[in-house]
Amino acid sequence: MLTLTPEQQAAAAGEHGRGSAIAMRIVAEAARLMGAPRLIPVASAHIDGALYHGDSGTLFAEALVDGGASVQVEATLNVGALDLVGCSRVRLQPHEREMAKRMMRAYEALGCSPTWTCAPYQAGHRPAVGSDVAWGESNAVVFCNSVLGARTNRYGDFLDIACAIAGVAPDYGLHRPENRRAAVVVDVSGLSPKLRASEAFWPVFGTWYGLTLGSEIGVVTGLEGLATEDRLKAMGAASASSGGVGLFHVAGVTPEAPDLATACGGADGLAQCKRIVVTGPMMRAASARLSTAEGDAVDAIAIGSPHLSADEVAELDRLLDGRRVAVPFYACTGRHVIRAIEADGSRARLERQGITFVADTCVVVTPILERTDGVLMTNSGKFAHYAPGNTGLAVQYGALADCVESAVAGRLVREERLWS
Amino acid sequence: MELTADILLPGDGADNAVVEGDVLALTAPISFWGGVDPKTGTIIDARHPERGQNIAGRVLALPGTIGSSSASAVLLELVHAGRAPAAILMPEPDAILLLGLVVAREMGWAIPPALRVSAQDQRGLAGQQVEIEGGMIRSRTAA
Repeated sequence: MLTLTPEQQAAAAGEHGRGSAIAMRIVAEAARLMGAPRLIPVASAHIDGALYHGDSGTLFAEALVDGGASVQVEATLNVGALDLVGCSRVRLQPHEREMAKRMMRAYEALGCSPTWTCAPYQAGHRPAVGSDVAWGESNAVVFCNSVLGARTNRYGDFLDIACAIAGVAPDYGLHRPENRRAAVVVDVSGLSPKLRASEAFWPVFGTWYGLTLGSEIGVVTGLEGLATEDRLKAMGAASASSGGVGLFHVAGVTPEAPDLATACGGADGLAQCKRIVVTGPMMRAASARLSTAEGDAVDAIAIGSPHLSADEVAELDRLLDGRRVAVPFYACTGRHVIRAIEADGSRARLERQGITFVADTCVVVTPILERTDGVLMTNSGKFAHYAPGNTGLAVQYGALADCVESAVAGRLVREERLWS
Repeated sequence: MELTADILLPGDGADNAVVEGDVLALTAPISFWGGVDPKTGTIIDARHPERGQNIAGRVLALPGTIGSSSASAVLLELVHAGRAPAAILMPEPDAILLLGLVVAREMGWAIPPALRVSAQDQRGLAGQQVEIEGGMIRSRTAA
């Protein structure tokens, strides 16, 4: 049974204005639906609601602005439907373009930071271990919980901005420490060291993990010394696309898993855990699932889901090594990275080699690709998952190095031995 | 057939308002984002068994929901476009999907009721013409 404090009741009744009242009532209604007993303060929010799906979302954001609402905590913005930086051309019709722009402006008017990235954790938004936050966007949620150790549920559209305005969130699920313990031990130590050390492994493992564990919490053992932040980002995004993953632990790597037993809530918890030993055939099957195309055709390349870090753009630059690409090549990233690569000259150089940067948005959430059929190659498990449904293109999955070689050759070039 | 269900969210109108419709009972969970066309209410998920059916004006029985955090945005858009279901039946509340109705109510738009109905009871109602009054669901299809 939900109990609101007198202050929360007053806010819901309109003491701080109509916009704040709407936000507090939405948070309270979500708490009631989910059986949360109370609302707890949040330290920050990441808002996934500013992507245009139709006029109603724009009207809601403008109703909050008209009602005088503003965010009470640090709030970053996920991608919108437009590239406001102007790196790429978005093919929206005039009405949709106008409404998408009004929506993005309304969220900025509420006081949200115009980060426009699905990797806010690489754009300076890094809440402290153990803090409660309200984050949307599945990859950001899983990174926030797992890698940063802050606590968030999977906030859907509208609830994220309502929590940011109200400054509170329903107390249930992953906000509670007892719900963050691992119930499954996932052992990858039997896979070849070469595979585990390869970039291509992480999105594939993440895809398998999401399909196998769903919303169950697992702790992975066998990745000590191999996990970089970009690799965990790629794994988490893939796992949250293929399954309802909101939190995973990696023993010896992530903050709530200094060792296996701690991740499971102690020796007794560890003893009660299910155990899964991951094998090569499991990884081959997950890898095969990511590709939906046959033959060696490649009509476009897209990387950067989640948005590329500056390190990942530098790796693209190194692998391309001055060569020109023969097919359209989209590199999706945030304006925080665009600023950095403009400063060091790599943006202009890569654009001369045929790379199209996409800022503030990405190719699976808004129409950017030149065609709606053919084959898209990607190194992202998340792009591989969503591209067929959202863009119409079939997918070939490969490592970044494979994507670069395929782009230069104009046909599929892929290192297959890794999986044998 | 007649059953009493918990009201997750009341619809608009007076407490004794009656909702009527035929039950579209989905046989697999659905993700609204990418699964339902927000402009028309047609099920567009290529892998869904009820692909091609339209949910607008139907009593939509959901065995479960999956996936995207933008389900609420799609449901809000359906309400705004006048293409929402007449009622939603689901075994457990889903904070993401139902938020679409909570927000629509805040916007002053008429919303359908949402009731808690087990997957088993949903199967019993499949294809029936029903009327819903408060938490009471009555079949009007001749036995």
